[in-house]
Amino acid sequence: MAEERRFLSASGVPIALRRRQHSASCRELAVRGPRLQLRSLSAATSAVWLAAYGLFALCENSMVLSAAIFVTLIGLIIYLHFVKIDQESLLVIGSLGIQVTSAYASGKESTTFIEMGQVKDVVINEAIHMQKVIYYLCILLQDPEDPQGVSEVVPLFQSSKPRLDCLIEVYKSCQEILEQRKTAPQSS
Amino acid sequence: MVLKVFFPSCCSSADSGILIGRWISEQNSAVILAVVHFPFIPVQVKQYLGEVQRVTKVSVSVLGSWSNSKQEKEESLSEFLEDLGTIFCHEPWIQISKEGDSKFWSCSILQKHSKKPQEEEIILVYYDQRKVMLSHLHPPLDTAGQGAEDASKLSAIFDTVARSQVLFMTDRYDEGPIKLTHWQSDGVEASIIVELLKQASVPACMLLTFLLSLLSGICRSRVLKFWPLSFLWSKLSTCEQLGHRLQHLQVVSSNKKAPNQNQLMRKANIFVSLLIDVALGILLMSWLYRKNRIGHLADTLIPVADHVAEELQDLLQWLMGAPAGLKMNRALDQVLGRFFLYHIHLWISYIHLLSPFIEMILWYVGLSACLGLTVALCILSDIIALLTFHIYCFYVYGARLYCLKIYGLSSLWRLFRGKKWNVLRQRVDSCSYDLDQLFIGTLLFTILLFLLPTTALYYLVFTLLRLLVVIVQGLIHLLVDLIDSLPLYSLILRLCRSYRLAAGVKFRVLEQQDGKPLRLLMQINPLSYGGVVQTYRLPTYSCYPRDSWASLCKKLFLGELIYPWKHKGDKQN
Repeated sequence: MAEERRFLSASGVPIALRRRQHSASCRELAVRGPRLQLRSLSAATSAVWLAAYGLFALCENSMVLSAAIFVTLIGLIIYLHFVKIDQESLLVIGSLGIQVTSAYASGKESTTFIEMGQVKDVVINEAIHMQKVIYYLCILLQDPEDPQGVSEVVPLFQSSKPRLDCLIEVYKSCQEILEQRKTAPQSS
Repeated sequence: MVLKVFFPSCCSSADSGILIGRWISEQNSAVILAVVHFPFIPVQVKQYLGEVQRVTKVSVSVLGSWSNSKQEKEESLSEFLEDLGTIFCHEPWIQISKEGDSKFWSCSILQKHSKKPQEEEIILVYYDQRKVMLSHLHPPLDTAGQGAEDASKLSAIFDTVARSQVLFMTDRYDEGPIKLTHWQSDGVEASIIVELLKQASVPACMLLTFLLSLLSGICRSRVLKFWPLSFLWSKLSTCEQLGHRLQHLQVVSSNKKAPNQNQLMRKANIFVSLLIDVALGILLMSWLYRKNRIGHLADTLIPVADHVAEELQDLLQWLMGAPAGLKMNRALDQVLGRFFLYHIHLWISYIHLLSPFIEMILWYVGLSACLGLTVALCILSDIIALLTFHIYCFYVYGARLYCLKIYGLSSLWRLFRGKKWNVLRQRVDSCSYDLDQLFIGTLLFTILLFLLPTTALYYLVFTLLRLLVVIVQGLIHLLVDLIDSLPLYSLILRLCRSYRLAAGVKFRVLEQQDGKPLRLLMQINPLSYGGVVQTYRLPTYSCYPRDSWASLCKKLFLGELIYPWKHKGDKQN
């Protein structure tokens, strides 16, 4: 059972939230950002090559041109593999844990799995970012020594930065599953 | 409460039988290790499980039944499987059945003493048994000191599979009463080369240990401990590096098996690091000795030293004139300048005295590059230190003079104001001086103050030269440290067999069908390269920086001698 809704990110870019319910205690929430635009790619490439031609006209060394091509290729590969995040997803499996995945434009996926025993709660926090106040969803990790304390805060959806309406949907889905672990009787 | 069943993916096509594994009641999860096939005698199965439990200390028991029917469901088989639940009583009794080639299995639980007759949700998690067995979970550092009830439930699963290795030793060709299916049931694999190496390594290690004990005995003998020699050994970085590598060799050649994973990785890292070091050293040596490059190097050494000395002489002549337009005190200038010039003259004479022997010395010293690239780099650093010894001397003279001047000035300034430094109370007290004391003090203060620019300029110039040499030496030592401490074996393991170093797990949701249990695939999430380097870094003998930038600047201003690179054995001052 999958459904997709469109929202806006904190900077005004359109994003899409996709919710899938795999079973009663397993849900997947994925936020997809916009793909790499051909416009911005051509603009960046043309700027670099114009600068290279300008330098070539000044110093008559053809190495500048090959260096520019090299730099463009390497820069594009680094951008796609390390910087551009296409999709961020949250997989909540009740009684196992929460898995946070970031999928990059080159296909690389970086995953973190947090066990349910370490998760204290999932909350929406406010933060002051430059001149704005933005909302972000985060996982609070339990402090092993102090049952009331929080040892770490793991922020989610950091590159797509959804707005509050999208975050509320994600929050409600997560809380439905997290509540199950409170109502379920603990085995000895 | 949700029941989790960890099923090995190698058993997906196994014939019908009963499931054996470990039941972790705190987590309500069952880790299935193998499938025992029909026909079997229950008593023998229980005996076998008891033996396995004794050897591995893992509470292995019969958890349920597995039926893999190629045709449609056989009614008699399912009743038979339920009856098995009464023979091997286990609470809860898990029944998994697969029809034909269907991906979606049906899973049910039988609870005999069910006080709560609610439908439990079942999650089926597939895992790769071989990878989970070989993998080593790296917990984050802050939870490393937890007890048995720690938050990491996954480590219990990894632990169970890793410790049950003896269970995986019986394969289908064994003539035993029990027929198992697990990841190695098609035959235990071993490599002849690995076995041969293991056999050969024992005498090799013993020989190496004997040689090393001889060597360390010689090094520790009283002959080498006399004062000039011991001072020399402590100052030369080559000897430190050789001592460090000797320690490494001792670790590698010890006969004792490594007690845990960390020690094993450390030994392997040291071994690979030594190997790469020696290989690079031999490469360097072959490059140096081909086309007699070392002869050319020796030939250019003396002219370079001469050139440096000439440049210094020009610098001193410039300082003795009017450097940068500043007006110096003529008499002091001439004294200091002539003093340093004489030093340079002595230095050049010594270098020229040594010049016929340089080529031979360098040739033999270059041979020691076969001990490793790090040793060659340390020798280079020592040669630079020896060649620029005069700069070091000048720096020390200039610094001492400047330091004396600053102390004198500060003490006389206090006298000027009518105060005194109380050594007992470590503070400044007021003091009444006699007239003649004040008179002489003021005179001395004036003299020192007006001679300050000259001394300060000499100090500045020589400190800058010394810092330049220190920076070059520091870069070489940084490179040596990098080669020493990089865990190459761990990095190669992370590249080729990334499942061995696990930072955690990741789950992938497989195709689902309504009414069937949730299917997940558990894969190993490997440690990042940065994490690998941080966890398995080899310790080195130097740690720097010694001083923070603020204290360094303060020392430079006051004229105290600076030794920016500290070694671990040095006492703190």
